[in-house]
Amino acid sequence: MTLLIGRPGPQTTVQDLGRTGYRFLGVPAGGACDSVALRVGNLLLGNPAEAAALEIMLGGLQLRFEMPRRFALTGAPVAATLDGRPLSGWRVYEAAAGAVLRLAFSSEGARIYLCVAGGIDVPPVLGSRATGLLAGLGGFGGRGLAQGDRVPLGPLPACMPQPAAVLPPPRGEVLRVLPGPEWPQLPRAAQRALLTYPWRVSPASNRMGARLTGPQLALEGLAEPDSHAVLPGVVQLPPGGQPILLLADAQTTGGYAKPLVVIEADLWRAGQLHPGATVRFAEIGPDEALAALAAQRAWLAHIERNLRWHTPLT
Amino acid sequence: MSAVSPSIQPLGECALVLNVGADLAMQRRLWAAWHVLEHRLPEVEWILGMGNLTAHFDPLVTKARLVTRALEGAWARSAGVELAPGKTVTLPVRYGGEHGPDLAWVAGHTGLAPDEVVRRHSAASYTVYCLGFLPGFAYLGGLDPRLAVPRRSDPRLAVPAGSVAIGGAQTGVYPLASPGGWQLIGRTDAPLFDPYRETPGLLAPGDTVRFQIEEIA
Repeated sequence: MTLLIGRPGPQTTVQDLGRTGYRFLGVPAGGACDSVALRVGNLLLGNPAEAAALEIMLGGLQLRFEMPRRFALTGAPVAATLDGRPLSGWRVYEAAAGAVLRLAFSSEGARIYLCVAGGIDVPPVLGSRATGLLAGLGGFGGRGLAQGDRVPLGPLPACMPQPAAVLPPPRGEVLRVLPGPEWPQLPRAAQRALLTYPWRVSPASNRMGARLTGPQLALEGLAEPDSHAVLPGVVQLPPGGQPILLLADAQTTGGYAKPLVVIEADLWRAGQLHPGATVRFAEIGPDEALAALAAQRAWLAHIERNLRWHTPLT
Repeated sequence: MSAVSPSIQPLGECALVLNVGADLAMQRRLWAAWHVLEHRLPEVEWILGMGNLTAHFDPLVTKARLVTRALEGAWARSAGVELAPGKTVTLPVRYGGEHGPDLAWVAGHTGLAPDEVVRRHSAASYTVYCLGFLPGFAYLGGLDPRLAVPRRSDPRLAVPAGSVAIGGAQTGVYPLASPGGWQLIGRTDAPLFDPYRETPGLLAPGDTVRFQIEEIA
């Protein structure tokens, strides 16, 4: 009941929906950077929402199924094969025992999710199987996967939906934002640049944050706030004048100004920003942010209902 | 004096931040409010900062207006609340040498002898304001102002776990190996964070921390 890692690619980690409720201790929630892709993958396979999957940064993974198992690839589009047969994303396949899965590299997104029926069965730490790389917490020994690792799988779900496919949500370079606490103190020119410039994602980005490069923002008059909680989606502005968009592994507290916050419904898009991609911020109002979140939840609920409808009664 | 008007600001649509200012009296009230709110709205995640408290919630389950009212109410009632005293934790420290490679630099910058830096650092008693930044990292108040030094201009890529450090007007202990920009003056073996303990963090807000000289190299 294992996956044997032949090549891990640049970074492959075990992730679930994260370790909620320990931020007051300084423990980041972590979990999948694109939680929408993870949720849909688990729905397709009949897994519980909290089942863990492999988050594969950019691609380059090769592994062998050591027993027959259903799986789905969600997240960034990537060329993939199973024993040489090409695969589509967001669709359920069955791997035979010994079948080899190979992923090329994605040029359109940062993270691919390999979801398997039964989930990845590593022991939960503080209520989650997510890998916290900085603290070496949870996941597969607290680290990214390496060649030769045997990743354990959980028992099959009691009832699995008929193999199906889901249309992935529309991608795009625009992230909707709400103004953050320090927005009003930001000089007008810096405000304008933040909202109009196509920011480029630096290769120095990781699961903690996407570093953005663009025009140097002048920050005169911007006081550094006292240390306070930060969350995924917060755009920090360090004194260097280049923004950092915090992602799933964001540390729990920070001391930089926060001019913008990406809305919850667009966090998955932030998690898919690959090095070299451009990103624009579009300001919306709080009511629109809630409506977008409600629409995303309704879409997920719709998928769940449809898959359940096709489930054979056993 | 009592007419402190706190501000409550949104941090996105899923979080609200109560700001009251970072002194010990305000922080004590924040601890009191935090304890009340954790029981009152357990579905909200409450995160303490230095002079602030953040509520992180699902806005489609818990309305922001409800969270705002709970924050305002808990803050108003926190004045004059007597808190049970926290525990006192003594951390043995090996100062200087390989354990504290920046002790000489701190001495040079402050104009104090290395032994005097160590004496002052270990003589004070520190209050845990909050935890954050890294699992088990405590923001401590109470550093002797003479020991305040700037952060390193080139942060280290790897600070060893247990490093006792000074950054700005604060001191703290790195609970695990991580990058860091503070000046390292010593090291402790005390386990600050262990996810397999019933209480994973050694320190909690309101605790008192003392550093005990184990050795000066």
